[in-house]
Amino acid sequence: MSDHDAHKEGSVHIVSYGQLVAVWVSLLLLTVTTVAVTRVDLGAGKVWAALAIACVKSGLVIAFFMHMKYEARLFRIIFFVALVTLAVFIGLTFFDVLYR
Amino acid sequence: MSSDATVTPVTGGFWEDTGKRGIASWIFSTDHKRIGLLYLYSVLGFFLVGVFLGVLIRLELMAPGPTIMTAKTYNAVFTVHGVVMIFLFIIPGIPASFGNLVMPIQIGARDVAFPRLNLLSWWLYAIGAVIVLTSLFTGGGAPDTGWTFYVPFSARTGTNVSLAVFGVFVLGFSSILTGVNFVTTIHRLRAEGMNWGRLPLFVWSLYATAWVQILATPIVAITLLMVIAERTLGVGLFDPSRGGDPVMYQHLFWIYSHPAVYIMILPAMGVISEVIPVFSRKPIFGYKMIAVSSVAIAAAGSVVWGHHMFTSGMSDTAVMVFSFLTFVVAIPSAIKVFNWVSTLYRGSISLEAPMLFALSFILLFSIGGLSGLILGAAATDIHVHDTHFVVGHFHYVMFGGTGFAFFAAAHYWLPKFYGRRYKEKPAIVAWALMFVGFNVMYFTMQVLGMKGMPRRYFDYLPEFARLNFVATVGSWILVTGLIIMLVNLWRGLLKGEPFEGNPWGGASLEWITATPPPTENFEEDPVVTHGPYDFKRAGEP
Repeated sequence: MSDHDAHKEGSVHIVSYGQLVAVWVSLLLLTVTTVAVTRVDLGAGKVWAALAIACVKSGLVIAFFMHMKYEARLFRIIFFVALVTLAVFIGLTFFDVLYR
Repeated sequence: MSSDATVTPVTGGFWEDTGKRGIASWIFSTDHKRIGLLYLYSVLGFFLVGVFLGVLIRLELMAPGPTIMTAKTYNAVFTVHGVVMIFLFIIPGIPASFGNLVMPIQIGARDVAFPRLNLLSWWLYAIGAVIVLTSLFTGGGAPDTGWTFYVPFSARTGTNVSLAVFGVFVLGFSSILTGVNFVTTIHRLRAEGMNWGRLPLFVWSLYATAWVQILATPIVAITLLMVIAERTLGVGLFDPSRGGDPVMYQHLFWIYSHPAVYIMILPAMGVISEVIPVFSRKPIFGYKMIAVSSVAIAAAGSVVWGHHMFTSGMSDTAVMVFSFLTFVVAIPSAIKVFNWVSTLYRGSISLEAPMLFALSFILLFSIGGLSGLILGAAATDIHVHDTHFVVGHFHYVMFGGTGFAFFAAAHYWLPKFYGRRYKEKPAIVAWALMFVGFNVMYFTMQVLGMKGMPRRYFDYLPEFARLNFVATVGSWILVTGLIIMLVNLWRGLLKGEPFEGNPWGGASLEWITATPPPTENFEEDPVVTHGPYDFKRAGEP
């Protein structure tokens, strides 16, 4: 089965130290950005800025540290479904929070 | 007649074929049928506890002023009634009991995909139940918050909310495991020839339910941990004086708990979709639409939670959005109702016990659903919110809907697993009493709500006295029917007349295997050649 093979391939994939360090450094830089952004007055945009940075960071962690980038398509689809569900839940909550 | 057949207990099939003895052959069994029965008796036990508490509530409300308990006890009784009925009976109810019993056989599998995980799921249920029960008698006593555990009260009350909430947290994992197991089983273990268009509609409904269990339950788990953190560490997540937001609790709670309503009702709709065609001797009308509407209800039902919060101080924009989405869910629900009724049209209807419960489901669920639209429209909801109208509404859906479907399933499938059947006459008498008692009680509650009687109040104005008395009498009729039904089922299944072959004439796979089914369900793996409602070919795989 192709799913099975792909999974096997994913589980033996080794990410190089260089790549891991690069991801780690970008996470640190993004954290600095998160703090820096709070010093700028963006009004309602500050929530979106914080969320955008958080999305990029978690994307990096999931793709590289959690190996999602190297997993079979099925796992990526399932993960994507969970992500969309979460986005829908948070998005609908914002109809309240933003307009209260 | 049946007295001749009273000597031998249930034997044969999965009842005998086990390596373990005594209670260990049940609580350590990985056979989906034994786990299904374990669940069945566990949830039934808690159902009876819930019924007892419900009767106490009705007795207290029989007359104005204190009747049989203090106001503080009343708060605890309605809270525990809700917690037990929701988390210990109706959420695991049909999927974990009848789903486990029947679904693997219906798709031609030998068991679920992860039998040990299935057993773990029951153990987590049992552990969660023990924790919830412990919370009633330890610490500050039984929680008095209502089953919704709303902050700020739940964060401040001295009663044992933390432990009860932790018990519900554990129960959530049991539910998630059942969901994971069912999705995997339905994807991977279907017999040869059992394509998605030949899945019985009960399986379709369990499939949709399982996804809701997997995707929504983690949210309530986290939310309940947040309540514990609020109580023990005082983190201020929901406390405005520390930057928290109490309305956010309601969002998080209902993001799970509204889809949970569909965890409760979807499998019930699946049962009805099985019973109606079999007892109409006619293929189901609109198979595809019923299957798709299960998935549509699961999807749309997950985005309507805000309709519980119209008067919470939520923004008007959100009120409009959630009100609109709520009306959207009515469409797939109505599709199902119309298709069931169309199935009945010109069918050869036989009014046996399972069918009577199924037919009353259609009526009671429709009343519940339509009163739901009154609550889904913000303008009318503001008038009747937190009144007995709401209590009447959700009992119509949950008890008149899921409860009656549960009883339909019990009368339809249990004889298959016991090889013996109940007596028809007492079953019909019980059904009639329950149907009458149910409507006397809950319809009266809806009228009371329209007149302004608030829910969760210990006392009420004298003008509500007469209707409250009527509702309490209804509860007695209902309970009388319930007792007759349970005694009849219990006696019949243990020592009733033999139930062999395919007396209902069902065409799905559970009716081609032996009665009771063998441990691995089929003597040889079936190769499916026709759909589940192709009655001309009933008896063939």
